[in-house]
Amino acid sequence: MIFSTALAERLVYRGDFALGTLMRFLPIITQIFLWFAVFDAIGSADGSEATEIGGFGFRDIVAYYLLTMIARAFSSMPGLASGIARQIRDGEIKRYLIQPIDLISFLLLNRVAHKIAYYAVAIAPFAFVFYLCRGYFVDGWPEPHVLAAFVGSLVMGFLIGFFMEAAIGMIGFWFLEVTSLLFVFMLFSFFLSGHMFPLTLLPDGVGQVVRFLPFKYLAYFPAAVFLNKIPDDQLPLEMAVEAAWLTFFIVVCRFAYSRGLERYSGYGG
Amino acid sequence: MTFRTNFILDCVSSIGWTLMNVGFYLIIFQFTPTIGQGTGWDQDRFFLFLATTWFINSLVQAFFMPNAEEFSELIRTGGLDFALLKPIDTQFLISFRKVSWSSLSNFAAGLVIAAVALYRLAHHETDPLVPSALSVVLYVLFCGCGVVIMYSLMICLSATSVWLGRNQTLYNFWFYITNFSRYPMEIYNRGWGTALYGLFTFVIPVLVVVNVPARILAQPVNPETSDQWWLVGWALVATLVSLAGSRWVFRRALGSYRSASS
Repeated sequence: MIFSTALAERLVYRGDFALGTLMRFLPIITQIFLWFAVFDAIGSADGSEATEIGGFGFRDIVAYYLLTMIARAFSSMPGLASGIARQIRDGEIKRYLIQPIDLISFLLLNRVAHKIAYYAVAIAPFAFVFYLCRGYFVDGWPEPHVLAAFVGSLVMGFLIGFFMEAAIGMIGFWFLEVTSLLFVFMLFSFFLSGHMFPLTLLPDGVGQVVRFLPFKYLAYFPAAVFLNKIPDDQLPLEMAVEAAWLTFFIVVCRFAYSRGLERYSGYGG
Repeated sequence: MTFRTNFILDCVSSIGWTLMNVGFYLIIFQFTPTIGQGTGWDQDRFFLFLATTWFINSLVQAFFMPNAEEFSELIRTGGLDFALLKPIDTQFLISFRKVSWSSLSNFAAGLVIAAVALYRLAHHETDPLVPSALSVVLYVLFCGCGVVIMYSLMICLSATSVWLGRNQTLYNFWFYITNFSRYPMEIYNRGWGTALYGLFTFVIPVLVVVNVPARILAQPVNPETSDQWWLVGWALVATLVSLAGSRWVFRRALGSYRSASS
């Protein structure tokens, strides 16, 4: 019921939405030109001796940006943390205390439905753009086991994104205003998730720290898996680490919720 | 300035965004000496370019963005009636109502970037670059032209609310179009990019907005390379044409406006 309501809610403005999704790919055009210019300046961007930086050739980088669009579509949770914080502040969260619904499960189901609706409509523009850009995927489709890992990393990326943001929203139990905190978090996550550039381009010291953080699963990791940038022998380990981060955030989120409820005093009448 | 914390947060967020961009380009310049082969946009020059982008965008965001947004809203709610009644030019009234001071923090960030880049350029071992007084004057003048072009584009976009009812994608569209202006124009001029290069130089002249002033300061135009002069000349023409164009679109929009309030 929750699921179908949320699904219907999302499908109201289909055409506008599909167009909006298509427009979202526009900034990639400038990225293509920028990176071509960069690779052009240091060697050849194309051909058999194409230059690589950080393990990425020119075509890889473009493919990378396209893939991070998919990854971000899974892992971004617009308004989740701020929504939770607002519900706490307004006292709306009382609903979940007196009704037999678990807040976290409710929100999760809601998001799953929204994401499914999103893909139902977004798949057409995405497929169109990827078809146009198929030339940038040098290796074509990855092998089945890599593809499976890619799908797995996307699903876990979605869950990590959800529980991470939900946990941050829970901070609202302690501080009533979390907008500023959220903003800093968003900024970090944008930069450190690999949305701006592949994380392997970072200088060594910083790169190691950043690649240890959980942010990379929101954008960099799924794209790197798809492009075969994670060696086969490291893939299981990397997936296990991702699963560990996911477990960590589920525990943190649950813990923060139960502790928060103890503190909660029902503001807003 | 009423909500001080909010103001400071806005500034912090703009500066955070600036730092991220600077970081991104620093990383790019770890791998390459210039953006594009033979374009001359090396790190210090490109940062001067970046500072120019920051100057122009911050001015537009501080002075015109809030007003354009309000203009769309006035059309939708019918509040434009009151503006029309006033004995003053409506476009002027609409364009200068509010100022978003926090956006000027980006201007300050631009000043820091420009200062560092200029200092480093002046201390280059081989042919140090110290801008002449004339090029600084021209730089300021053409930054002004850039702001005017951006302003005209914004007025045109927000005036479309009259026909579209509501223009929520204004911000997105604005972002996507101006995105093209953020890089040296040479990088588009190849393959199918040539079409974009032509479109954004001559039809929607966003490429001259940053490119012309930045070039004047960072790669002084000299009489021998005459291909640069047409660009400077075109920037002036484009400014006047865009201003006139925005005026025309604005008047057309007012002509089609029917109050929504009653």
